[in-house]
Amino acid sequence: MSVLEIKNLHVNVETDQGTREILRGVDLVINEGEIHAVMGPNGSGKSTLAYTIAGHPKYHVTEGQILLDGEDVLAMTVDERARAGLFLAMQYPVEIPGVTVTNFLRTAKTAIDGEAPAIRGWIKDVRESMSNLKMDPAFAERNVNEGFSGGEKKRNEILQLELLKPRFAVLDETDSGLDVDALKIVSEGVNRAKANTGLGILLITHYTRILRYIKPDFVHVFVAGRIAEQGGPELADRLEDEGYDRYQVAETAAAE
Amino acid sequence: MPTAEQHGFRPHSDGAFVPVQTRSERFRSVHVEDFAPVTGREHEWKLSPVAAFADLTGGELDGSRLPLESTDAAGVALSWIPRDDARIGRTGTPEERASANAWSSFGEALLIEVSGEDEKVVTVTRSGLGSTPRAAHTVIEAAPNSRGLIVLRGTGDARLTENVEIVVGEGANLTVVALQEWSDDSVHLASHFARIARDAKLKHIVVSLGGRVVRVNPSTHLAEQGGDIEALGLYFSDAGQHLEQQVYVHHDAPHTRSRVTYKGALQGQGARSVWIGDVLIGNAAVGTDSYEQNRNLVLTDGTRADSVPNLEIETGDIEGAGHASATGRFDDEQLFYLMARGISEDEARRLVVRGFLAEVVQQIGDAALEERLIAALEAELQGS
Repeated sequence: MSVLEIKNLHVNVETDQGTREILRGVDLVINEGEIHAVMGPNGSGKSTLAYTIAGHPKYHVTEGQILLDGEDVLAMTVDERARAGLFLAMQYPVEIPGVTVTNFLRTAKTAIDGEAPAIRGWIKDVRESMSNLKMDPAFAERNVNEGFSGGEKKRNEILQLELLKPRFAVLDETDSGLDVDALKIVSEGVNRAKANTGLGILLITHYTRILRYIKPDFVHVFVAGRIAEQGGPELADRLEDEGYDRYQVAETAAAE
Repeated sequence: MPTAEQHGFRPHSDGAFVPVQTRSERFRSVHVEDFAPVTGREHEWKLSPVAAFADLTGGELDGSRLPLESTDAAGVALSWIPRDDARIGRTGTPEERASANAWSSFGEALLIEVSGEDEKVVTVTRSGLGSTPRAAHTVIEAAPNSRGLIVLRGTGDARLTENVEIVVGEGANLTVVALQEWSDDSVHLASHFARIARDAKLKHIVVSLGGRVVRVNPSTHLAEQGGDIEALGLYFSDAGQHLEQQVYVHHDAPHTRSRVTYKGALQGQGARSVWIGDVLIGNAAVGTDSYEQNRNLVLTDGTRADSVPNLEIETGDIEGAGHASATGRFDDEQLFYLMARGISEDEARRLVVRGFLAEVVQQIGDAALEERLIAALEAELQGS
């Protein structure tokens, strides 16, 4: 049984105005097969949490730990984390000119598994996953994310999630910018990946909309760099009705 | 002494001098002394490190035969011809001093004759040229309706200035690959002059990988109707390397076509590339179809890529003419994205550069050569 543990995580980021503390003591435990939704207003540090788990060099951990089955994730390079079983579906996937989706997927799969996938099975898997995500087969020969629409980029992220089969996936605002059809397709992809591999999911979102399609086991409300409240799916319903104002008022009051 | 006119400066109506505006009206001569000594301020030299090769633009040159080795194929014949042979000087005339110095200094010219309609590949390797400043002249002639691929390759040490004439006969289909794999200290300045006859096609590919300074300037004269030039280039500039190409295509007959695609990668402190692409569509060239582009991939800080496309059109009756230039970084976000999928940093860089340059490599049309070039590019990437 795999477990991803985040303990008392403090993270700084360098800005033009100097160092800013974005995460101020985050504790979170995600077990295999669980879906945790992290919700919060803009600027609360949700994306920082996602990128820190993946190891983006912009974010500096000043205190705390991230452990994957007891292994120190913070000591790993970005690629080592991915090979250890962590996956980040990015909010703004990057264009890679000159590298086709096919080539990229095969290279990533080879890196993650430590050996090249058996060619026939792999081609079939890619084709099936693309078909499930209603991606035009022509995408396979296009350069990664180059000229993709917002929705196509997100499907491409979920395609990777399905094919690379991580143990834990962080979905960073995968729902943002998607119309309802694309949102359903992407959500089905996530649910399928979970059904197939039993991965644990950290679903970061601003809106409750995606939670209609991906049912969380736990909901954490993120405000000002830490978890302000946690609960079950019913907490999401309450946020749907009340928004984040309640927390921000409390936060402002606490700061005074 | 050269006069102002020879340098393209003519009195303007108000008494001031204006530089030549039309590409085909540049001053030309086969005599080195017709050109003023190179200062580096001239438009054709201003982006080049002229001090690194003053011996080639101004000094005395060894014009003896270059040491070379060649593969064999039926339908390709190599021979040496005297400098007064009538087959020399049919394609163009030097427009700058290094080219003129070579023309003034070479003893015999290497003639490479291509005949027969079968596909064939011949590689001519020039190596062991040493540190003496040298001049060379080569004429590649494809007989009417012939086909062939000629690789002109350079390895080892060299200080060489040369002219390469390419005569493409009616209906011929010729590929010429200029492959520069010189040693780190070498300097190589080359002017290629191609003349394309009626309904003939030339694929011209410049691949510059090794050498301290490599400057290969191909000019193509689409002199008769239906002529076609595919001008491709590929370069990988490392720390301290200067790789330059000034490409000129002159559409001078109806229904001619040109495609110019040069791609380069730059990596390391002082890595430098220059691409200047001039396309002139003359008033006889109705129905011209032309497109030129240059793309650079910057892999590290401390590099510089100059990219200057120029397009001159003297007739309105054309199919199309376009140009594009883009220089982009391999940035940290791309690296993060690839690494976040488990790909190591080295592999990520290789993937991106290989993909970027492969577009040109894949158009060479000779599997063995393509494979070798991919391997050479891998080695360039490893070398960092």
